[in-house]
Amino acid sequence: MPLYLDDQQTMLRDTARDFIAEHAPPSHLRALRDANDPTGFSRDLWKQFAEMGFTGIRIPEAQSGMGLGHVEAGVVLEEIGRNLSPSPFLTTAVAAVEALRGTAHADRYYPGILAGDTIAALAIDERAKFGDGISLTAQRSGNGFRLSGTKQFVAHAHVADLILVAARTSGAESDQDGVTLFAVDSKTAAPDIRPERLADSSLASRITFADLQLDADSVVGEVDNGREVLNRLLAAGRSGASAELLGVGGGAMDLTVAYLKERKQFGQTIGSFQALQHRAAHLYAEMEVARAAVLKAQQLLDAGSALAGQAVAVAKAMTGLATTLSVQEGVQMHGGIGMTDEYDIGFYMKRARVLAEMFGDANYHADALARESGY
Amino acid sequence: MTDLATFRSETRAWLEANCPPEMRAPVRSDKDICWGGRNPDFQPGQREWLEAMASRGWTVPDWPTEYGGGGLSPAEAKALREEMAALHCRNPLNSFGISMLGPALLKYGTEEQKLDHLPKIARGEIRWCQGYSEPNAGSDLASLAASAEDAGDHYIVNGQKVWTSYADKADWIFCLVRTSKESKQGGISFVLFDMASEGVSTKPILLISGYSPFCETFMDNVRVPKANRIYDENKGWDVAKYLLGHEREMISGMGLASAGGGNPLIEGAIAAVGLDANGRLADPLLRASIAMFEVRARAFGAMSERFIDELKAGRAHPAQPSMMKYYGTELNKARHELQMAAGGSDALEWESGASNGGAAARAWLRTKANSIEGGTSEIQLNIVAKRILDLPA
Repeated sequence: MPLYLDDQQTMLRDTARDFIAEHAPPSHLRALRDANDPTGFSRDLWKQFAEMGFTGIRIPEAQSGMGLGHVEAGVVLEEIGRNLSPSPFLTTAVAAVEALRGTAHADRYYPGILAGDTIAALAIDERAKFGDGISLTAQRSGNGFRLSGTKQFVAHAHVADLILVAARTSGAESDQDGVTLFAVDSKTAAPDIRPERLADSSLASRITFADLQLDADSVVGEVDNGREVLNRLLAAGRSGASAELLGVGGGAMDLTVAYLKERKQFGQTIGSFQALQHRAAHLYAEMEVARAAVLKAQQLLDAGSALAGQAVAVAKAMTGLATTLSVQEGVQMHGGIGMTDEYDIGFYMKRARVLAEMFGDANYHADALARESGY
Repeated sequence: MTDLATFRSETRAWLEANCPPEMRAPVRSDKDICWGGRNPDFQPGQREWLEAMASRGWTVPDWPTEYGGGGLSPAEAKALREEMAALHCRNPLNSFGISMLGPALLKYGTEEQKLDHLPKIARGEIRWCQGYSEPNAGSDLASLAASAEDAGDHYIVNGQKVWTSYADKADWIFCLVRTSKESKQGGISFVLFDMASEGVSTKPILLISGYSPFCETFMDNVRVPKANRIYDENKGWDVAKYLLGHEREMISGMGLASAGGGNPLIEGAIAAVGLDANGRLADPLLRASIAMFEVRARAFGAMSERFIDELKAGRAHPAQPSMMKYYGTELNKARHELQMAAGGSDALEWESGASNGGAAARAWLRTKANSIEGGTSEIQLNIVAKRILDLPA
């Protein structure tokens, strides 16, 4: 398989690009932010995503979805990133759909996701930096489990219908085994959810589970063997977040290059200055390398390759590095206007920081690669 | 099984049967690289591997079979590359004929010129060098002055070239000469001649590595048949530019870990500082630097794959080789800086047996030319800025 988008994927990209730029450009985020919108995204837009078929992009055709791959999900996510569109697409249509795949929960939740009614959130993080340890406990109780502990950095939790929670059912915090994934239906169970506004004006929650009782059928996959499901969820989330980062970095770069062609100083457009040309060209190189890494990871995931895990780590780390450079250069090359709230470039910087942190930052993934390489 | 899957499994079986074990080990020094030519200096396994690959046209897998190539489709050529990588097979032949002259001949050569030169390039029989730069024409290449005077059926060539890689070991040269002074870029012609021709002499240039991979090349009334001119008179700049794109493509490959098994950077670091009780490199900052470097190196590996795929499909931006050249060579320099840092004082030994004749230090110094030869990093960034990002002049 060649490492570029095929004709159908290119058509999907063009469709997604036009649709998202029209319905959810950066001004859409700005309007939600200015209104201090308590949802943090547009329900109408989520419905439109459903009408376009986007919400079912990863749901199998047999379950009425589009049955497409990580590459196609990434195509949509890149446009979401480029437009800074607030959307539960990554958590719901990509990560949660992946986690529920082939389980009884798929029949229960996929129809709502397809219809654009259901929102899913991922309660994975327990501390400020993403790590592999899980200490939130799920103790057997009656016909089910009782969850105790806290999670944080849970995007969309305050409006989610479904919260996927990684919990410990046996063993110690750092053990790989003894982990179980739970599907918490917020209509029947009510953990304490405290949404906080983040720097990028999105909302993420701290959640406290205080002996929250769940039925046995809320287990996703197998008890104590949840790491496998969790890893699938994380691979989908990471490759998706990488694609969204690519969009954020690419969008910031486009804004910056356009500015270099328009802004005049010393009687010349600043884009004619070699100092800035070299920095812009270097940035372009970093973004292209990141783009290749992302597509490679997505293709390997879709092929079910044993090499996919490392490729996903490379993609997440590389998009973190490249997009961080893109937004920093963006603000710097815009000069003073880049620091103003009125101008969009700062929005890109804030969103990039959130996505870079999500599911493990560049350091986390570089460390993981080193461990796997035996050093 | 699909045709491609069959091709892949047969290819793997053939490689396993035909690639000598010595050719599956990491390239440790210049001596491990096979260049072929009239006076080849083969290491054990190199000749067998070269001949086996050349017999199938796999030194140039995607060239047409009538010119000594393998006639493979892009997908098959990719499968061959992947299978070679999986078995850690070394490149059977390093050749400016393959990476630079060949593509230019395929595009601009006459049928006779192609049949004359391409099969010998594919079999590694003739080693080529490149006569582009002159003492006063480096980054500003089009200001070159070496002259070719019209003498009927041949040219009389006079002048000097510099930075001619391996001119003292090469059999033939592809060379830019001035056939007209009317226009800077419009008066250049692209000619080929035998380095054994009367009037050609070379002088190695000693570098900071202690080696002399580059030479000065002098041409004193050298007779070059006009039949050896590629493309039209005064239109050599078109050929040169096309070839430069392929040169940059080749040099960008330097950013990838060298062919063969293992990762010398990581192995070297473990040997020098050891692992701690948790199995991690005992120097945490060195470990972090290497890990972050590996992220970029692997991402660049994907970029190289993408670039080749796009190139073969005719989808690559014509200025993309500049980006590849820039990134790949900067990465290669970074790799060797890390390798030196990891090796510590062991890596600094210049002539000892333990250091394999100072291989690490000499390779490190050699990489410093990567971002100069074939167009400096700054020139590549200029090209990306103007031709891809469309920034104003």
